[in-house]
Amino acid sequence: MKIKEEVLLEKQGYRLHILPSKKYKTISIVAKFKTPLRREGITERALLPHVLQKATNNHPNVREFQSSFENLYGTVLSSDGTKKGENHVISFRMEVVNEAYLNDQEPILEEALKLFNEVLYAPKVEGEGFDSSIVEREKQTLEQKITSVKDDKMSYANMRLMDHMCKDEPYSLHVSGYQDDISSITPESLYNYYRSMIKNDLLDVYVIGDIDQTEIEKMTDKYFIRENSSNQDNDQVSTSKDVKEVNEVVEREEVNQGKLHIGYRTYTKFGDPDYYALQIFNGLFGGFPSSKLFMNVREKHSLAYYAASRFESHKGLLLVFSGVDPKDYKQAKSIILEQMDAMQNGDFTEEQVEETKEQVIHQLQETMDNANGIIEVLYHQMLSGAEMPVNDLIEHIRKVTKQDVVAMANKIKLDTIYFLTSLEGGE
Amino acid sequence: MEELVYDQINETVYTETMDNGLKVFLLAKPEMAKTFGIFTTNYGSIDQTFTPIGQDEKVTVPEGIAHFLEHKLFEKEDRDVFQDFTKLGASANAFTSFTKTAYLFTATSQIEKNVETLLNFVQDPYFSEESVEKEKGIIAQEIRMYDDQPDWRSFFGTIQSLYHHHPVKVDIAGTVDSIQNITKDDLYACYETFYHPSNMVLFVAGNIEPEAMMKQIRENQDSKEFPAAPEINRSYPDEPTEVAKANNSITMPVTTAKAMVGVKEKVTHLTGKELLRAELLSSMILDYYFSKSGAFYEELYRSDLIDDSFQFETELDRQFGFTILGGDTRKPEEMTKRVKEMLHELKENSISDEDFTRMKRKKIGQFMRALNSLEFIANQFTHYHTLGVDLFDVLPVIESLTSKDAEEYLQNWINEEAISVFQVKPQENE
Repeated sequence: MKIKEEVLLEKQGYRLHILPSKKYKTISIVAKFKTPLRREGITERALLPHVLQKATNNHPNVREFQSSFENLYGTVLSSDGTKKGENHVISFRMEVVNEAYLNDQEPILEEALKLFNEVLYAPKVEGEGFDSSIVEREKQTLEQKITSVKDDKMSYANMRLMDHMCKDEPYSLHVSGYQDDISSITPESLYNYYRSMIKNDLLDVYVIGDIDQTEIEKMTDKYFIRENSSNQDNDQVSTSKDVKEVNEVVEREEVNQGKLHIGYRTYTKFGDPDYYALQIFNGLFGGFPSSKLFMNVREKHSLAYYAASRFESHKGLLLVFSGVDPKDYKQAKSIILEQMDAMQNGDFTEEQVEETKEQVIHQLQETMDNANGIIEVLYHQMLSGAEMPVNDLIEHIRKVTKQDVVAMANKIKLDTIYFLTSLEGGE
Repeated sequence: MEELVYDQINETVYTETMDNGLKVFLLAKPEMAKTFGIFTTNYGSIDQTFTPIGQDEKVTVPEGIAHFLEHKLFEKEDRDVFQDFTKLGASANAFTSFTKTAYLFTATSQIEKNVETLLNFVQDPYFSEESVEKEKGIIAQEIRMYDDQPDWRSFFGTIQSLYHHHPVKVDIAGTVDSIQNITKDDLYACYETFYHPSNMVLFVAGNIEPEAMMKQIRENQDSKEFPAAPEINRSYPDEPTEVAKANNSITMPVTTAKAMVGVKEKVTHLTGKELLRAELLSSMILDYYFSKSGAFYEELYRSDLIDDSFQFETELDRQFGFTILGGDTRKPEEMTKRVKEMLHELKENSISDEDFTRMKRKKIGQFMRALNSLEFIANQFTHYHTLGVDLFDVLPVIESLTSKDAEEYLQNWINEEAISVFQVKPQENE
């Protein structure tokens, strides 16, 4: 791995992570705000990124605000909210062209960070609230986004699986918020929520690119500092439930293809000693085209175009997803369950274990070529308190044995089988 | 081996044409862990009618065959090629577009063996009746998956409204019915006609040593026998300049309607710098009016005719070209009416020098960001190469554009007869 070590600095109100790298022609800056995942405030957290990206005190006009990014060689700013286990993270990501590649002599990066600062700390405000016309319009946009989740059947099936499987756990909360909350949100209530987020959320700032540490620190000290925040981490540790009985749910919508999504519990999180065995397990079970799911559901029985699995590493879930003809539900389901039995019985070779390790390592190295990928891996590690260099991660992966994988397979418990199918047939 | 040096962006591309006609491009990025290789044939879903090699008569093959062939090339008599890449710790994939079929891998180790595997599997087809039959179920589910995706249906619906006869209107994967007619002999006929090395490009980018890799590729190609480079005889129907349907719609079980406005481009035979200029100008003009900083975007967004899903794109390729704008909307009639009016208004407005400079800067930034991706460089370089464009000319061409160029471009761009409106309507409105 040719990435230099990360420089981590405790600053007033934020942690600064500097990652010098010559891989990119741009500089990426990511600010992450984290808080425990709760029903209360979730819709506000979905709405805030939309509102904050529309205008600032200094650039109150929406078009003029956007133009100022374009003038900085198309600097892009985006923001989204995601779940990290049972915590909620709002990320603001900015990417700026490295001045070294431009004919211009203007200080692009500094100007971009100034705008970043305005977006976070100096939004457009009227009285005690955000600009009311912006809030009204963004409420409509969010409402539309919430209702149209249904139009993307794969995401919808995934959401429904979580609704059923994690019913009484914070993890089932919808990151895009709830329609019922929207009408009661006012420019003032949203502004209040924003102020408490800015004060109380845990803030981490990552800067990656061909950069000089001293110069970057000078700028981030100017633009990210939070005078009134002690930047405390009040992490919410994810619950992991015992499975009493397997839940099977069939729901009907007007679809051509049925979506078969199956949820398992792994009782294994990032930082656990057997986490590496989980990575190899998933690679053999459903992570790659060489995996059991792809080879059997697709190649052997021609039932699906995709059949795969992935795992969530903070909550401890393993999720299988496949798109099959409604009439093939039972057959596809039993083939998938058989693949798990085969994993539990150790029905795979030492050679396959070795090949899977190489694939998992390849995937990790590939992630480390991508600026956002590196940031996600490091953030992930930090949240779990399991920080280690990539080379050590690779060493741990190499040490996994077939016995470890079989043990992992037997630790994993089936929780919920969910099938979204057509109005008729598919039973 | 020839060296193409691009100073401003600090990149060098090495190129060579093999004796059998294969074009090879290599880009070394030693700071990256990974290497990306992509082997592309200049053959896609629109190449449905052609004279097969060694025959005199034109044939028309079933819809979706280029994509079907792409799937089947991975299967050999004794194994699945995915597993070969797996054993090498790499991941492989492939895609079919209107004009291309590409096979690719990413790897962080054993690069030479992976390149060898890529070349060898694409150049050694094995099709059997049995495996062709087996694939039909898989591809049928791929088609069904797209059938449930309103974004895909609205994109394709718009293209189908724009074109009368041209095979660009045919779904790349074909239909569940059309693929039933595909036979092993059809696959061989297509393969032999379009997979000759002289119709293909190999691009490898990443952690490589160009001299040694070029030598390896040369030896690989020299060890195989190919017939003399054939002249490929493709045929396309005559296509009128006006659209097939000015208005069309489908109903789907969606919660929000989708509305698209399509423009049929008449500049369908542009190549080289001319094509690049047209592509850049149309994208900069659309950006100026319809991106979040644009006057038209603001008006549409404020009046709740569009939301965040609003998008626009221009695609210019050999044989066809289109521009599509649209997304989710609560008021599809009003939205499409207003967007059409706006497209006509483009001609009457002009862009100031200052604003045009801003759009140039934005475009330069977009391009520099994209250069972080090996996949982008290799894909786009290959795509442009087949159209006679050099990817790294993009920067100097952007630099050279002026607001006057934009004005001239606008004068012959959009006519009423070239516009189609397409809607995906929610069922309850019926």
